[in-house]
Amino acid sequence: MSFDVMIVGIGGQGTILTSNILGKACVIEGIPVRGAETHGMAQRGGSVESQIRIGQQYGPLIAPGTADLLLSFDLLEAARAVHWLKPDGKIYTSQEFVVPTSVFMQDYPSPEEPMLLEMLGSRPYKVVDCRRIAEEAGNVLTQNIVLLGAASPDIPLKKESLLEAIRRTVPQKTVDMNLKAFDMGIDAGKSE
Amino acid sequence: MVVHYLLGNEAIAHGCLEAAVDIACGYPGTPSSEVIDTLRMDPDRACKVEWSVNEKVAFEEALAASWCGLRTICTMKHVGLNVAADPLMTSAYTGTKGGFVILSADDPFAHSSQNEQDSRCYAQFARIPCFDPSTLQEAHDMVRDAFSISEEFSLPVMFRPTTRICHSKSDVDMGEVKVSDRTALFEKDPRQYVVIPAHTRILHQKLNQKQPAIKKKLVELGYNRYEVKGKTAVICSGVGASYVREVIGSDVSLAVIGAYPIDEGWLAGFIQKHEKVLVVEELSPIIEEIARQVSGFVLIYGKKTGQVPYEGELSPERVAKYLTAAGIQTSVRYEEPQKPAALPVRSPVLCAGCMHRAAMYAMKKVFRDGIFPSDIGCYTLGIQLGTVDTTICMGASITIASGMSLAGEKRDIVCTIGDSTFLHTGIQGLINAVYNGANITVVILDNRITAMTGHQPNPTTGLTACGILTPPVSIEAICRAAGATFVETVSPSNLTTFMNVLKEAKSKTGVKVIIARQPCVISEKRSKINRGKYIVHQDVCIGCKACIKFGCPAIELRGGLAFITDLCSGCGVCSELCPVGAISREVKE
Repeated sequence: MSFDVMIVGIGGQGTILTSNILGKACVIEGIPVRGAETHGMAQRGGSVESQIRIGQQYGPLIAPGTADLLLSFDLLEAARAVHWLKPDGKIYTSQEFVVPTSVFMQDYPSPEEPMLLEMLGSRPYKVVDCRRIAEEAGNVLTQNIVLLGAASPDIPLKKESLLEAIRRTVPQKTVDMNLKAFDMGIDAGKSE
Repeated sequence: MVVHYLLGNEAIAHGCLEAAVDIACGYPGTPSSEVIDTLRMDPDRACKVEWSVNEKVAFEEALAASWCGLRTICTMKHVGLNVAADPLMTSAYTGTKGGFVILSADDPFAHSSQNEQDSRCYAQFARIPCFDPSTLQEAHDMVRDAFSISEEFSLPVMFRPTTRICHSKSDVDMGEVKVSDRTALFEKDPRQYVVIPAHTRILHQKLNQKQPAIKKKLVELGYNRYEVKGKTAVICSGVGASYVREVIGSDVSLAVIGAYPIDEGWLAGFIQKHEKVLVVEELSPIIEEIARQVSGFVLIYGKKTGQVPYEGELSPERVAKYLTAAGIQTSVRYEEPQKPAALPVRSPVLCAGCMHRAAMYAMKKVFRDGIFPSDIGCYTLGIQLGTVDTTICMGASITIASGMSLAGEKRDIVCTIGDSTFLHTGIQGLINAVYNGANITVVILDNRITAMTGHQPNPTTGLTACGILTPPVSIEAICRAAGATFVETVSPSNLTTFMNVLKEAKSKTGVKVIIARQPCVISEKRSKINRGKYIVHQDVCIGCKACIKFGCPAIELRGGLAFITDLCSGCGVCSELCPVGAISREVKE
């Protein structure tokens, strides 16, 4: 049995980078890992997902209703992806969401935060103000690392492995900022 | 040996380097593109790497290099293989000298493709070996071995990964990169390389004679293997094999097909040890048909008996379902979760500031009653703007337009094609349209890059795959040489001028070419070009939604008024659309 993580968001928010960190941390620990990602046309501002299976030796795909953890960089995408989780699967999501262009083009009612939170259902969830924390850490682009930090106590990988994987993945001059974002994320994950 | 977390295509590229590949050519196509991208970005690469103008060109160049004794690979997506099918079929006759691998990446579920065709059919059709990896490690090992198999049998070898191999990731154990010591030398032999009828009849016979030894070799190598465990069995292939392994019960036998052609005697030996066999494979029933030929009295389940669909991709929960449907037990059960309530879709959209949006917006305004054949590229997303009426394959915008003109369609026909697609197979259609007197408008959306597949340079870019400066091709000169008399180049970001050129084209007959030229906004960002951003003056905005209807992802409606977000790249088109002048460039204090 593997520990299966769904990472969802919008093209460009860093789902692939985040999954790379988890994958590299597995290699550091000598654990088999499989991942599946969205490439190509769907990246252009569409919904994207990365699946990561920690400890998996077979295929890269997670079956709907079986994931252990959901990381979402957009609250609306979290609501869209919640059915991937097993009944007691845990959710870490960014507080923000981008209203899809389809809402304005086709005059759909715009989704609101309380409605999206309600859609997360009965599973344990943690909403993280990723933007504010990332800005405090020094760069708004570290939001994905903030969320990863928040979720990290629930991921069966050592903190040192994740930190080393971050060092190996992010651009050299942003390493310190990202490590800070990760630690601030851990604190945010613990707070009520 | 060293373990890395790699993308499938990176693992494949590394396998090529371990085989000391000399030449890699390809045409970009999802999910194949990152093989060449990985090789061309490698600063230590010893091989030559090229983006070719289309798959037929890539194939023929790689074939020629193989004839010169070098190890070569050409890469493409499955539909690209249709373009290269002509040399493919005959290269099996001529054979090869240096190892020659044809990578054709299939896309079950059409994640990013116009169809779900199965490249294994082509390998079977051409009678060449085909490798079908089930994991990333296997993809890495197989592509490395494919070069030596090609050399052993003097045949091109197909390597067929699917999306979930190319675009999945895993820990991969890699070997050492080797540097080639081969030098190109073409040894003339007309009986092999000139396929006049007298030669080709003999070559065809030789190709057929090679088949039994290939089948045996693929079993010997362990790429086709089985384990007998009980009275029921599953035969599977490709990435589907990894899903089967995840769910299969411990008392069910398993055969994995990793390479074709399949040794029928070997497969019969496996099948006949069982009472009931399910064949699970993505797309065409290649294995299933052979299994049925050798099954005797054993029951075969699969696509032809309705348990496994012909379309779409496999997954662990689907495989579990098919095993249950065929009465072969699974060890894992899945409950179908309740899908969430409908949320507004977040479809892929053209980027903020993308010139395709402005060009297509203008087309729709000027040619209100027009018909809009289009092509393969980012601009296919123009379907959301109502300016993509047809898309079938690369280069088929101009030809569909001229065909409608030939048919006598009276409305204005305005087709769109990208720079890379025009050079791929659009030029022939333009020559034909001019030659045969079509009455069409051709809009060439020239953003100087092959954008959708991940920004590969092409002959309009002025750079080769490896970043060497090269003279950019003149699309204008090509169009004029084809005989088009109306050829205008204009940036669609200059909306008013662009619309005036469209109106002029509308007033004329014949083949009118408009080259809509503006660099891709992503290329601009990477080149650190910053045009600032635009803002809506909230006190002037009347909430008419004229800018909203443009569909730019940077423009939102907030409290009934328009608002421009940080996604804005400063193209300024929305300021030309606003009827009350509420939008202007942001001036920083």
